[in-house]
Amino acid sequence: MATAESVYHREFPVRGGDFAKAGSVACEIKELLKDLGLAPAAVRRTAIVAYEAEMNVIMYAREAKMALTVSPEVIRLTIDDSGPGIPDVELAMTEGYSTATAEMRELGFGAGMGLPNIKKNADEFAIDSEVGRGTRLDVVIRTNGHVTP
Amino acid sequence: MIALKDVLALLEGELLTPATDPGAAFLKVFASDLMSDVLNSAEPGSLLLTGLANGHVVRTCSVADLAGVVFVQGKRPAPDVIADALTKGIPLIATRMTMFEACLRMAGTVEDGGHGHR
Repeated sequence: MATAESVYHREFPVRGGDFAKAGSVACEIKELLKDLGLAPAAVRRTAIVAYEAEMNVIMYAREAKMALTVSPEVIRLTIDDSGPGIPDVELAMTEGYSTATAEMRELGFGAGMGLPNIKKNADEFAIDSEVGRGTRLDVVIRTNGHVTP
Repeated sequence: MIALKDVLALLEGELLTPATDPGAAFLKVFASDLMSDVLNSAEPGSLLLTGLANGHVVRTCSVADLAGVVFVQGKRPAPDVIADALTKGIPLIATRMTMFEACLRMAGTVEDGGHGHR
């Protein structure tokens, strides 16, 4: 949700199974952040988080809402999906652990690096998942204050 | 750093995006078919060598600030993928060489662009 200090807030729908469009939300977010004048390193980290999260929704969930909030100090991405949820979050956070299908792997994804890579690029990372309901990711990336008014 | 024209010569490559900057150059090289590995480990400004030829390759390079792509072993992306690369200003190169041969040719001319496990 946008706060009084937000300079930008927008929500993006992501549809599960839509492999043809996969990555388009992340590319759009990257262009938006560049236009806002953020530091390139923060833009890159946010775009990578958005791409990995978008792929996870497309591969595993029915649908999700990806919310982007930018303030002078931080970029926040929250991804709230309706999907099967993750039975063992700790296992899912292990590099290389994957339940991807052959089709997903043929696209170059599903190597078990998604969640670890999201965490690696985040300054703050939280995950909450409930089997049968879905998964919520909350990621914060500090901008170092490089935001154009 | 290696120039686009030198990559084309080394790999006997074909530039699929002639409208991109002919003066393009690449800081390092990263080789992978796994886009997750590219997102995780490839350094910005690198040239990607890959055997994968779908739209994810261009979107991954755009998101991770990679500067160009070589498709090995005669792989060629579809016209819409080439069009997307042109929009994003990412040069695409096709070579008939295997990944191994292409990596051998590039080795010694430019640094490894992977930082994941150092």
